[in-house]
Amino acid sequence: MLNKYPMWKNIMVVLIIAIGCFYAVPNLFGEDHAVQVVATRGAEVTASTQARVNELLASKGIAVKRSELEKGQLLVRVQNADQQLLAKEVIAEALGDKFTVALNLAPATPKWLESMGGSPMKLGLDLRGGVHFLMEVDMGEAIRKMEEAKVADFRSQLREEKIRYAGIRINAQGIEIKFRDAESLASAERFLKSRSNDMVFSDVSKGEDFALQAVMSETYLKQVKEEALQQNITTIRNRVNELGVSEPVVQRQGAERIIVELPGVQDTARAKEILGATASIEFHMVDDKADANAAQAGRVPAGSEVYQRREGGQVVLKKEVMLTGDHITGAQPSFDQYSRPQVSINLDAKGGTIFSNVTKDNIGKPMATLFIEYKDSGERNADGSVKMLKIEEVISVATIQARLGRNFVITGLSHGEAQNLALLLRAGALIAPVSIVEERTIGPSLGAENIASGINAMLWSMGAVVLFMLIYYRAFGLIANIALTMNLVMIVGVMSMIPGAVLTLPGIAGMVLTIGMAVDGNVLIYERIRDEIRAGRSVQQAIQEGYANAFSSIADSNITTFITALILFAVGSGAVKGFAVTLMIGIATSMFTAIVGTRAIVNAVWGGKRIQTLSI
Amino acid sequence: MLEILSLKRTVNFLKHALPVSIMSAVLVLGSIVLLATKGLNWGLDFTGGTVVEMSFSTPVDLNQFRSQLTTPETSSAVVQNYGSSRDVLVRLPVKEGISSDVQVVEIVKFAQQLDPNVVQKRVEFVGPQVGKELAEQGGLAVLVALICIMIYIAFRFEWRLATGAVAALAHDVMVTLGVFSLTQMEFDLTVLAGVLTVVGYSLNDTIVVFDRVRENFLKMRKSEPEEVVNVSITQTMSRTIITMGTTLVVVVALFLSGGSMIHGFAAALLLGISVGTYSSVYVATYLAIKLGVNRESMMPAEIEKEGADQPSMMP
Repeated sequence: MLNKYPMWKNIMVVLIIAIGCFYAVPNLFGEDHAVQVVATRGAEVTASTQARVNELLASKGIAVKRSELEKGQLLVRVQNADQQLLAKEVIAEALGDKFTVALNLAPATPKWLESMGGSPMKLGLDLRGGVHFLMEVDMGEAIRKMEEAKVADFRSQLREEKIRYAGIRINAQGIEIKFRDAESLASAERFLKSRSNDMVFSDVSKGEDFALQAVMSETYLKQVKEEALQQNITTIRNRVNELGVSEPVVQRQGAERIIVELPGVQDTARAKEILGATASIEFHMVDDKADANAAQAGRVPAGSEVYQRREGGQVVLKKEVMLTGDHITGAQPSFDQYSRPQVSINLDAKGGTIFSNVTKDNIGKPMATLFIEYKDSGERNADGSVKMLKIEEVISVATIQARLGRNFVITGLSHGEAQNLALLLRAGALIAPVSIVEERTIGPSLGAENIASGINAMLWSMGAVVLFMLIYYRAFGLIANIALTMNLVMIVGVMSMIPGAVLTLPGIAGMVLTIGMAVDGNVLIYERIRDEIRAGRSVQQAIQEGYANAFSSIADSNITTFITALILFAVGSGAVKGFAVTLMIGIATSMFTAIVGTRAIVNAVWGGKRIQTLSI
Repeated sequence: MLEILSLKRTVNFLKHALPVSIMSAVLVLGSIVLLATKGLNWGLDFTGGTVVEMSFSTPVDLNQFRSQLTTPETSSAVVQNYGSSRDVLVRLPVKEGISSDVQVVEIVKFAQQLDPNVVQKRVEFVGPQVGKELAEQGGLAVLVALICIMIYIAFRFEWRLATGAVAALAHDVMVTLGVFSLTQMEFDLTVLAGVLTVVGYSLNDTIVVFDRVRENFLKMRKSEPEEVVNVSITQTMSRTIITMGTTLVVVVALFLSGGSMIHGFAAALLLGISVGTYSSVYVATYLAIKLGVNRESMMPAEIEKEGADQPSMMP
């Protein structure tokens, strides 16, 4: 019989639409104002923390809507924005600095829906306000650091093997090692080659000048860059957590860039300071054999360098780094017995071993703490990248009194510096400096405006399209309108279902555009049906032919649009990607609703009956 | 049946094809000349720089605001209204030796002198390096899209139609860019997304016509290609008008109430959809006919299909 869908097809259509609707429903519930509590290093959020927070809020007269403990973080929902601020203050004060307390907007989806995987669409920064940073890692600096480490390696290896060398230095190509004669060069080359297969050695001797050039191999260079990026991402992630931002995004983009998105953050200055700061410390032995006057005149012994002291004056330090900030696992600002600010430092096991060895061998000798910081100089290199300024200062020189272990203190800082240094050290040092190459801040009011205007545009256009279809195609227009509405609901449902999909303003534009284009499928089908009726076919035949003939047009035209959307998605970034995602989803759902969905309704209403005229 | 939008009799569309094609050619040439001489008013996304969007509590005198911006940090700022007279947008190019933060602080300081209750709604900074890469990627995206589409149509239809379709798309893109060059409207990332959407939309149109052309070639075995094309365009005309209408309504709604960030996108679509509708009729099909598309060129697909349905000759 013509135009009768089998039962299973009808069930399938109903099922798919029901699933779409089901996952779209969470978007109706809106969001709760909430306070999020996350433990930082060493602490843990437990049920007792939860009980304490609940009790505390109850005593302050703040009504708690719901309090959830999940994956080590506590989320307390309250009634409104005023109570949220109050609650944050109260909790932060009571819990102390081992926890970060952040404001959050939590989806108000009921528990039962949530347990079935229902959650609302995630809103992009342009819809809820916040900061977006694109940061670039200074790879030149990462490579230079690696080369410096290699120089120290070569020195100790050659010394161990008792091969005499005249000097090692870093030049534009890589590392150059000079020798006095050809034999030591040959044996050094043999020995070093066997030890480090990630460097490429070549003899660059000129006449009596015996020299060996060591250059990083391609694969090693790539690995160094990759590691630098990965480590910086980890570090930045830690720092973002210290900032107490809810739902931050930290992800890589390309070979040397990192995207950081902080929803709801308004204080960009502080965010930047913490994210971009590359403060680190290094411990060097003071070169006490160096003549201070000679050093001032520029004559510095090989292997040593002159550094500025923070309180003025200069000091000669050995170039070799005893310990870097990488081994620091904890750092807390505190005060010593004379109430001077200090930073207590904890090292990891490896750092502890190194440090204990170094201090054991050097009891009674002075050791310096070198503070290194990179700052945006405000100038740019020829290629447009930000020129970074390296600032090195000796913050303290102390005589090693005893063998030190994994815990010790650094003094010689101001209160603010101690606070900042502790925070930065806790979050780990950036292996290479980063600069901000792109920054976007959207105020929360603009976000709300964007949503409102997007929805406004959607309502207007939807109204116009619905009205037109109804007048022009009557009963069939009504069916198309039902399909259009279902289509919109399904886009929302699919967007909510896909974990990575984020709704942005261009995404809303994509949805709105889908409304305009979605009826195309139905228009094609209906025009065909009219053609067939005009050509004198029976009603049932006309419906059958209309759907069958229009199919290839609809499929071809949608596939080509889909290709465009796919390319947009592949090359676009941020906003353009958001648009492409909704467009792709829209194409898929509109094909389903316009072809299969309307057919199901048409078949159910008119299918298999003897009718003479059609309301089209 | 309400049929105000359908045509009763076959219209000889191709009669006007030559003058329209000449007009199209002139438009494209004009666009190329404009792009070569005036260029596009590249937005922040591509050039790099800083944008500050502010909302004042009362209408602002822009000239008074501009007159203050004379410090080295703010001297080349472009100040304009958007939306209402209380909303002000300030654009600053990247400047050697001055960080964007300092520029923003300066601007806001001056704005606060005019109105202490001014709200800073949006701040964007893009490095020049990032912008350059984006421009390259964007151009590449348009190119790759055109090539992929050409391959798909050549595969699904026929190479002459593919060439016609891609020519029509290139035409739409060029004319849209030409208008952006002429009006010096800002060309940013969302506009680029708009242009690519135009590619998708205009193609939609072209494919629908082509699909009917292919069908009619097989149906009307005695007719000349011109007649087949005329019949096909006539048959699809009501659909073309309706779909263009509904899409335009939507885009106009976006243009009017979508907010400042979506304005350029909507403008690109508005232009592209209008141009794309006639180009799918005149540029795409006319070029395909000129390239010699006929009934035979439509046959292979049919033969292939029959072959595929037949049982294999080999055991």
